[in-house]
Parts: sequence; C-alpha cells; structure tokens
Amino acid sequence: MLQGIYFFGASFSKKRIGEKSMIETVIKMELPVGEHIAIRKNRIVTNKDIRNPGRITLVSGTHGDELEGQYICYEVSRRINEHPEYLEGIVDIFPALNPLGIDMAHRSVPGINMDLNRMFPGDANGDINERIIAAIIDDIIGSDICFDLHASDIFVREIPQVRLSEEFAERLMPFAKLTNVDMIWMNATATVHEATLAHSLNTMGVPTMVIELGQGHSINTEYGNQVVEGIFNVMHEMGLWKGPTAAVQTPATSGDGEVEFIRSDVCGLFLSMAQHNHYLKKGELIGRIVDPYSGETLRDIFAGKSGLLFTLRIYPVVYEGDLLARILT
Amino acid sequence: MFVKDIYTLHSTYREDMTVRGYQFGKGEKSACIVGPIRGDEIQQLYICSQLVRALKEIEGNGCISAGRQVLVIPVVNAYSVNINERFFGVKETDINRNVPGSNYGEPAARLADSLLAEIKEYAYGIQFTSFYIQGEFVPHVRMMETGYQNTSLANLFGLPYVVVRKPTPIDTKTLNYNWQDEMTAAFSVYTNQNYRIDEDSARQAVAAVLRFLKRMGIIRYDSHSGFISHVLYESDLSNVSAEKAGIFRGLVHAGDDVRYGMELAKIIDPYDGSVRETITAPTDGIVFFAHSGSLVCQKDTAYRLIHRLHE
Repeated sequence: MLQGIYFFGASFSKKRIGEKSMIETVIKMELPVGEHIAIRKNRIVTNKDIRNPGRITLVSGTHGDELEGQYICYEVSRRINEHPEYLEGIVDIFPALNPLGIDMAHRSVPGINMDLNRMFPGDANGDINERIIAAIIDDIIGSDICFDLHASDIFVREIPQVRLSEEFAERLMPFAKLTNVDMIWMNATATVHEATLAHSLNTMGVPTMVIELGQGHSINTEYGNQVVEGIFNVMHEMGLWKGPTAAVQTPATSGDGEVEFIRSDVCGLFLSMAQHNHYLKKGELIGRIVDPYSGETLRDIFAGKSGLLFTLRIYPVVYEGDLLARILT
Repeated sequence: MFVKDIYTLHSTYREDMTVRGYQFGKGEKSACIVGPIRGDEIQQLYICSQLVRALKEIEGNGCISAGRQVLVIPVVNAYSVNINERFFGVKETDINRNVPGSNYGEPAARLADSLLAEIKEYAYGIQFTSFYIQGEFVPHVRMMETGYQNTSLANLFGLPYVVVRKPTPIDTKTLNYNWQDEMTAAFSVYTNQNYRIDEDSARQAVAAVLRFLKRMGIIRYDSHSGFISHVLYESDLSNVSAEKAGIFRGLVHAGDDVRYGMELAKIIDPYDGSVRETITAPTDGIVFFAHSGSLVCQKDTAYRLIHRLHE
C-alpha cells in the first residue's frame, strides 16, 4: 500500500513524503535486541534552481522531557509543505536528537543516564553515543544558522526566550532580535555553556541560538506559534523564504545582572500565587511554601524587585536552593 | 578522631542527609579522601569505610604525624545510595558534573559548593569514583591533564597504573578537575568494581592510600612498597569496539595479558543464540578496561588495551 511513497527498506534510511522533502537517517546504530537507534531529519529543499542555496537547521529533543520543540518542528514543516513555492533554500529539521529519551519521557539518554547536552561535540571514533553526537554535528556543519529548541524542564515554566553566551553574542544578536521571542538573555544558564550543542556549533562556525519556551512534558501552541513566526522571519531576512511573514516584536534584552533569581531557602511544597508572564510590583506575593504535615506556612515568597515574571515554578516539591521564579527587572 | 558535619540537606519526606567528615590528627590540612558522589559507588563506600577504620587505629597508635590532618568523607550522596539511584534528587543531577557549584544555586550546586569549600585547602585530594559505562578497570590512579597534574606523586600510591586524561568540556565540571584548579594535588582512584564489593581490590585501594599518606609523611605506617606504576595517557589506549549489538559474553577480564588475534568476547544473537561476532585482540597488550554489562550496543567500547605491554 505504501510502495512508492515510503522507502524504509532494509536500512530504514529514507522516507519520501513529497517532491522535495525527504526523511533522511543521519546515523543508525544497533541496540542489543532487534532495534536500532536512528537520528532522522526532514530535509526540505527548494524546488527552484538556486545556486548555493542557504541552509537553516532546527534541532530539538535533546532532552526527552522537553516537547515544545516537537510542535515547532511539525508546524515549520507543515507551513513549508503548504507553500513550497516560497522556499528558496534548504531546511533541515531534527525533531529528536535523543529519540529514546523522548519515547520514554526521560530527560537524559536512557541506558547511560547522561545529559546529551553535556556530551558535545562527541567523537567519531568513540562509543555509540559519542559517534551519534559526532554524526549530528558533522551533518549540521555547513548550515548558515541553527536553532536549538528547548522547552524548560518539568519544574519551571518559561516565556519564549533566546539564550546567548557572551562569547558569541555579538555575532548572534542580530538574528536573535528577529526571532519574535519575548526576551534575549545574555550569558544565562548552562544551556549555553561548554559541552552543549550550541557551544560546539558556535565554536565550529555555525551560528546557533538556544530558544527556550514553555515547560517540560507539554506543548504550549501559543508559544510555539510565536517562535515559528520568528523562525520564518529569520528565514525571510536570510532570503530563504519569500512568503509573507507576520510582524514580530522587539524582545527585551538583558544580562544576568538584570535577572532576579528567587530560590527556596527551605524545603516544602511551593504553591504559586502569581500569574506567569505578567509584570509584578516589588513586594507582590509570588507564592507560598507550606508544610503538608503540619499545615504551617513556612515562607511567603515576595517579589524583591518589580519586573516581568518570566520563570515560574510548576513542580511543587522544593528543596533548599530550588528555583521558584525569575524576574526580569 | 573527630566527626564534623559538612553539609546538611533537608527534605520534607525524608530524614536529613548530612555529609560527614572524619578528621584524624590536627594541624595542616594534608590529605582529604572523598567517597561516593554517585549512589551506585558501593565499592568506593566500602573502601572509605575501611580507611576510616584503619586511620582510627593508626591515630589510636599515635601514628598520625604531628601537625598533619587527614579528612575522610565516606559518602557525599547518601540519599541516592539509599534508594539505589546513581544520580541526585528528582532532577537526577550528577553532582560530579556540578563542581565547583554555587552557594546560591540548585540543591546539587550548593552541595558541591559546600563540599569544595571544605576540601579545597588540603594539599592532597583523593577521590574514589566511577566511570559512566559499566565495566571493570585495572586498579589505577587517574588524573586530569590540567597543567598542574603530577604523575610522580601519583606513582607513590604504588598501584599498577597511573593514567592521565586530557580533559574534554564534559570533564571541566568534575571534582578532580576543579580540585586541581584549587591547587590541590588531586587523584581519582579506580578499582575494578562499582556496585559490587570486591574484597581484594578494596584492600589494595586501602593499602594504596595508606602507602601514599606514609610516603608524604602524613602517617607513620609500615607497608609494602607496592608497584612502580606504569604511567600512560588515556589517548594511547587501544579501543576495541563491538561491531554488532547483542548479548555480551566476555572471555577476558581487566588485567589479563592478551595476544594479537586472541578471542576476547563473543556477541550472541538474542533471538537464535548464534554468534554474531567474535571480538579479537587487535594487538598484544594488557586489558585495561573490560565491558561488564550483559548486553552491548553497536560500537560500544568492549575493551581498552594497553598496547604492547606485557605482565
């Protein structure tokens, strides 16, 4: 029934879904019992005769508990499939760099329990995971730009934001401003640090931006569509997309000094009482930490400064040091 | 012996986890020994407990040198040990990838920060740790090539091998790397097991640490001289990968002397029991690392050999 449309064959290498769209297997390795782990991408190529077409790459699913990028991958593919005549370049989409992790809703790489985003750039002569990582990097090299799509984890919810390390900020900032995110955060957390995909690619000359949005184990289509508009806007500016694009907003830009971290100084249950993605005044109540055994309120958590509540804790159980909220002041 | 609390983690649903240090002698912070940071490092926990026992006896005999202090932290992450989880907390954080940490960070970062603050002033640091892949090692001392590493000092443990590893980005968050960065001469000691106790290699590890302390003038103790260590760079080891996946049946162990062409392992088809691959030695040498899992993926490292070295 599927003959002529699907070309899985013995090697599970290619699935043809349209004239210029092809699911390709970047690398495939045997697992112990009758299965392979395969890193697959959708390569969508312009059907126009363009010399040296530009290339954009979207990667997602590095952490198996982050699903926001799955929607973005789908929606970008869908919109291009709907209007292939507007595409004037190549779009590579990797929905799942950690396919076993996504399948199991497991943040790390199942089996070795390592964070994939702390293992880059890999090693082409190393073990199975190092080879997979090296093959991913090798395939992405040559792209004109790469978006590394992350949700937050299951613990906190984030507004759409680009995270840049200071080291590469000058080069990436012009692109970041086009992405329709709410905020650009310079020199943020470990997501932009060494051993990550973004750091490795930026070091190797592929401008790569980390986009973070939403929360783990779920999809916020409103946030997803916002980022999708931004991706098409970047493609438009780079000459890869000739179709109409929506007007995009100018994001707030901040360094670490303008972000107020609010952490728990006690263990208990955090009950949030503020609305995410809203402006708070200094002294407003963000939430409360309570003791489920004694019925006591252990702490009332107030905003130390006025600003945008861009990170808010979702997962209630907290230890001392756990992040409760971040405010862009 | 003096027991000190280094860090206490509170939980709503569990008893407090207190990281404790066992201090022997008084004065200059001479040597610090750190046990399991990961919850499956049971061999390492056992070794540290035996070191506390031995040092207590040595101190009781008045054989800790005057003005010298030794600290043993038998376990850093008891929470994970108690529930048989390798990593820490609901976020499954690897504390040994969170050093130096931060006193205003996540729980794992705070723990790492407090640990490093307590131990960074010691002249010599010894960590009992583990590799991320299941397997057996020949007992060895491992150091990061940070520019501060001193293989001559590592020789004084008298273990058969000293291995120097060139750090990759993933290594820069480990205790060993950051300890060296604080100017402590830091060593990681690997024995042949993690979650199972191997009495012989545990005894060898305890003896190696006591030998080192004696040679640095920290304790007075009569011990065997041990080995004159063979120093090698990790990059010089010959990797032997599995070309096929399946059930792994190893035929040789860490420390074995193998010859070119010798059968090292068979990989069995999990459906029909046939041999999918026979792994043979690509060179003469000593088995430095041997995969010990029952299953193997394609391109997993099955063995690492010390090229052209014989017993």
